[in-house]
Amino acid sequence: MTRQLRSPTTIAFVAVVALLVVLPAIGSSFFVNFIMTRTLILGLAAATIVFLSAYGGMVSLAQLMLFGTAGFMFGNAVLEASPRGLNLGWAPWTAVVFALAVATAIAFLLGALSSRTTGIYFLMLTLVYAVIGYNVFAQVVPISGPSGITRITPPPPITQATHLYYAALLLSIGGYVVLKLVARTPFGLALQGVRDDPVRMASLGFRVPLHRALAFTLAGFIAGVAGLLNVWWNGQIDPASIGISPTLVLLIVAVIGGISHLEGAWLGAFVYVAANSYLRALPFVDRIGITEDRFNTVIGALVLLIMVLSPEGLSGVIQRLSNEGRRRFSRFSSRDGTGRVDTSGDDAGESPVVMIDSSTSPPTEERK
Amino acid sequence: MSTAVGQAPQAGDGTADSKRSVVYALPKAVAYAAAAFVVVWVLFIAGDSPAGPAVSNPGRFVVTLLDAITFAGLLFVVASGFTLIFGLMRTVNMAHGSLFLLAAFVAINVQHAMLGKSRNIVADEVGILDWVVPMLVGALVAACVGLILQQLFLRWNQGQELRQALITLAITVIMADQMLNHFGGLALRMTWPGSVTHFIEILGQRYATTRLFMLAVAVLVGALLWLWLNRTRMGLVIRAGVDDETMVRALGINITFVFAVTFFVGAFLAGIGGAMGASFAGAATGSDGDWLLNSLVVVIIGGLGSIKGAVAGSLLYGMVIAFAPAYLPSRYSFYAIILTFVLLAVVLAVRPYGLFGRPA
Repeated sequence: MTRQLRSPTTIAFVAVVALLVVLPAIGSSFFVNFIMTRTLILGLAAATIVFLSAYGGMVSLAQLMLFGTAGFMFGNAVLEASPRGLNLGWAPWTAVVFALAVATAIAFLLGALSSRTTGIYFLMLTLVYAVIGYNVFAQVVPISGPSGITRITPPPPITQATHLYYAALLLSIGGYVVLKLVARTPFGLALQGVRDDPVRMASLGFRVPLHRALAFTLAGFIAGVAGLLNVWWNGQIDPASIGISPTLVLLIVAVIGGISHLEGAWLGAFVYVAANSYLRALPFVDRIGITEDRFNTVIGALVLLIMVLSPEGLSGVIQRLSNEGRRRFSRFSSRDGTGRVDTSGDDAGESPVVMIDSSTSPPTEERK
Repeated sequence: MSTAVGQAPQAGDGTADSKRSVVYALPKAVAYAAAAFVVVWVLFIAGDSPAGPAVSNPGRFVVTLLDAITFAGLLFVVASGFTLIFGLMRTVNMAHGSLFLLAAFVAINVQHAMLGKSRNIVADEVGILDWVVPMLVGALVAACVGLILQQLFLRWNQGQELRQALITLAITVIMADQMLNHFGGLALRMTWPGSVTHFIEILGQRYATTRLFMLAVAVLVGALLWLWLNRTRMGLVIRAGVDDETMVRALGINITFVFAVTFFVGAFLAGIGGAMGASFAGAATGSDGDWLLNSLVVVIIGGLGSIKGAVAGSLLYGMVIAFAPAYLPSRYSFYAIILTFVLLAVVLAVRPYGLFGRPA
């Protein structure tokens, strides 16, 4: 364990967290309260996609819908005299519990329903859930309607933008640690077994659909937490924000960072949010076609490039570089020969990469 | 195309104790009960709904049924292209909706150019050729773009389903943005030919013949597709490729060429659907997502890769779309969308891979 505590990954993690903790003291308020808060929120939501994909072999497009559901439910529960919504007028923290409960329950229902499908079928099914979720909020007037719910404020202790930043940071770290730890529990190990060989796991007596459904429920709960942060940050939520193109954006965030690395979710979110905010402000970019309106083309082309060149995304590239460096530096790599499924740190990417493509990923092939 | 297989083996099933069989029999019972309830509701109860029970208002029932079947025709044309591509190549073409919308925009513009005006087009001015030619041009453009996409982005990563799906999703994002740039964000509409734009009387209800025309086009497309798959050598190879691609390759058949042709045809079908959809409901930014969703729902219900499944899925989904607003109690009519979800849930509870599907 000491080896693990001193591993470069842990050190890097602690350094990044320390930097993020002191960030409000050194960064501009726009950078902290807009860029970084948004990054942490989107990253937490995208991390649930990565979790399901990397440990469960399920690429879900329904996470943004669950994210939005929590936001809508919070708005419905907490407001008293809004022009739209149920106006339940509950205490803020009761509303938080209610919103998370609803998001988790819906995640469990959808997870159970899709638990016998995997791979491409699962992707299609969750895309359908996402669009139906959008239509439900757009059409069912009592809970939202097309113009959504406005003037939502965060619950009491969170009164300033910086508080919200720290809340997002705390919950992001919490979500990261929980997802990492869950992957090492007996449940998490069984889930990875299910990912690799469902038939064998079933014949060993594991309840395959149940594992998938529970993983989806956990991911739904965390997506719900991110959704609450989002609605506090935005102050409002409308169905368009959980429509098909934002849904794709969240997947894009996960893909940019690398769909097989949890850390990649936040990295992808940072790249997306920063590009979205700063790229447009650079001089001359409009000459090469990056105007306000054509931003989606750039993002789409970026994802296309990543998927064509390296499906592991940015964190895959970073990992490949660092592996390369380490191999030259020392011949002792992180192999400990105990045969346990090592999901911590360095090797987390291996098997998920196999899932997404097994034939064109040189590092994986070499190390097999 | 592929014949229906028996009960799809369920990769996820665990131990076979008797308790489990009860657990798995339950969804089936619930599904059948739900179907029976829907039939009884529509025929005899339908309290407080816009249409009223079918026994007391048969005209409305027949018209709703016709709405369902004609819309199912359009759904079939679009979804059959999607399922054809998947059946042979295991490629989920998420850009299917984009090809639909591209063909729709092209067809509309060609029609405007042929008529020499883009506003206030009356159906009487539109000859049958003024509709068929734009449709074919639009479909050809979609087919060529589809072929280029396949050759550039999908040919060399055959078999990596998820990667291909994500690549086509990225293409969807790019195409949506570029189409918004070139064709604008306003909803455009194609005009049906004047010779088919009439109203007929069915049991006291007026009914637009354009919908029947749309069904006729869909049936024609379906028939040609069937002939192609079942009566030509190419169709034979495709059907064989669906069952065992490696064996077809081993027999010395150039399946890479067959893949290209299949993708071309699949995109062409999306394009035909696009022109029909543009005449039926108009085309606008966002239609691509809607029609991707429609195709997905149809093939998830019917089973991915099966043409038979596309027919069944289109009919069931068309029924839900047409019947839900007419037969739900008026106060709850905005819950119609949830019924689509219920349909999916019921089908998936009984058959996780769709009615005619089998595990990938």
